[in-house]
Amino acid sequence: MTFNWTLFFQSTPYGDGIYFNWLLNSAMLTLSLAATAWIIAFILGSIVGIMRTVDSKILNRLAIGYIELFRNIPLFVQMFIWYTIMPLFLTGSFKEWFIQELDPDIQTFILVSIALGLFTSARIAEQVRTGIQTLPIGQRYAATALGLSKFQTYRYILLPNAYRKIVPTLTSEMTNIIKNSSIASQFGGLRELVGLITSMNDQTNSIIEILCVITITYMIINYSVITIMRFVEKKTRLPNMMSGG
Amino acid sequence: MQLFQWIADIPTLVMNNYPILLQGLWLTVRITFTAIVVGIIWGTFLALMRLSNNKILNSFAKIYVTTFRSIPLLLVLMWFYFALPQMIKHLFHLGPDADIGTSCAIIAFTLFEAAYYSEIIRAGINAVSKGQYHAASALGMTRSQSMRLIILPQAFRAMVPLLLTQGIILFQDTALVSTIGLVDLLGAAVKRIGENIGSTAEYSMIIFVAITYFIICFGTPRLIRKISYFKKG
Repeated sequence: MTFNWTLFFQSTPYGDGIYFNWLLNSAMLTLSLAATAWIIAFILGSIVGIMRTVDSKILNRLAIGYIELFRNIPLFVQMFIWYTIMPLFLTGSFKEWFIQELDPDIQTFILVSIALGLFTSARIAEQVRTGIQTLPIGQRYAATALGLSKFQTYRYILLPNAYRKIVPTLTSEMTNIIKNSSIASQFGGLRELVGLITSMNDQTNSIIEILCVITITYMIINYSVITIMRFVEKKTRLPNMMSGG
Repeated sequence: MQLFQWIADIPTLVMNNYPILLQGLWLTVRITFTAIVVGIIWGTFLALMRLSNNKILNSFAKIYVTTFRSIPLLLVLMWFYFALPQMIKHLFHLGPDADIGTSCAIIAFTLFEAAYYSEIIRAGINAVSKGQYHAASALGMTRSQSMRLIILPQAFRAMVPLLLTQGIILFQDTALVSTIGLVDLLGAAVKRIGENIGSTAEYSMIIFVAITYFIICFGTPRLIRKISYFKKG
């Protein structure tokens, strides 16, 4: 076996620079998929997580159902549902616009990131709930005693403390979302980092080198996310909190 | 509505094709089971290496766990699907079309999950109070004896819920083996049945797979909790 380690600095047959550009594009696609999904997951997860902690029984049940539904179906199957079935339910001019005018890659991107976002939102909801429930109950009472409304209690007392507490677990969800975004490569030929492997292997036929580089890229991305989040954790920590929580 | 039509089609489709679905489910269960059992054993060794004072073992386990935990499962599968078969066939002089896909997938899952199990087990061992170690050595036990007879049994008892959750996650992850051409539950339903029959069968089968996974993943932990509750009396 001979290896060609300078592969990524050779020019592509399409005249768009060197293969390294492909790698950068794919890494950007992975990151933008993860970021889009993260925004969806964070917003929905926070709402559902808060619903789990309020007194209303109906909201509670709804939140439990949501979490169980999205946690117990594999992400790959969920993406299948979003990618193949959901577009069929669009109606009217929106459907025409979505299917005919939108670039197929963007269609895939939207559908897949929704699937990834919803899947992760169930996990984030559980963490937001734990964050709120592990706060001392006295905080809630104190807020009520100060005359704060329910909304104000959450907005000014419970949530700021809870989010600070769950920064480490949110970090691991971030790395999970980056790793899970690789499943998107199976839909519509999306060329994010794992999708790049097969398409580049067809061009160059040197799989080991490609796999090594992609593996290292993932490690670098995840390491940087962890480093950044550690900085965020340090910055947001309150002086009275021991080691971040 | 179309959706109800697709759901109504599921029973006939399943009844007509149940052998291949069962075969697919069997592959899924086989991969899950092997990966859980071997993964926990290998994960325990990794955790013990991580906790040992030997620098080489320690850094080996550390690098192993960090590497596997920072790359996606799909990438690990790609490694084992593209790179490993070439090497194995090269080493053992197998023919170019010898079928080693299933074993490669099982090895990939085992090695990948062991990294996650080892982190759970390490936390479990660390959670056992220090007094237990001192008591064991006061009784004249060696390090390995105290680990084997005192620490690990207690650690594992406390870890059961976490190991179970990880097992369910692993079961869900096995859906990914259909991407490397193996016929698991998802592959059997969608690729074999759905694409063979055509028209809307694919949609029905996707919904069927989602429901099946949901029932298994939702039911198993509750079932196990119920059984262990009865056993305790």
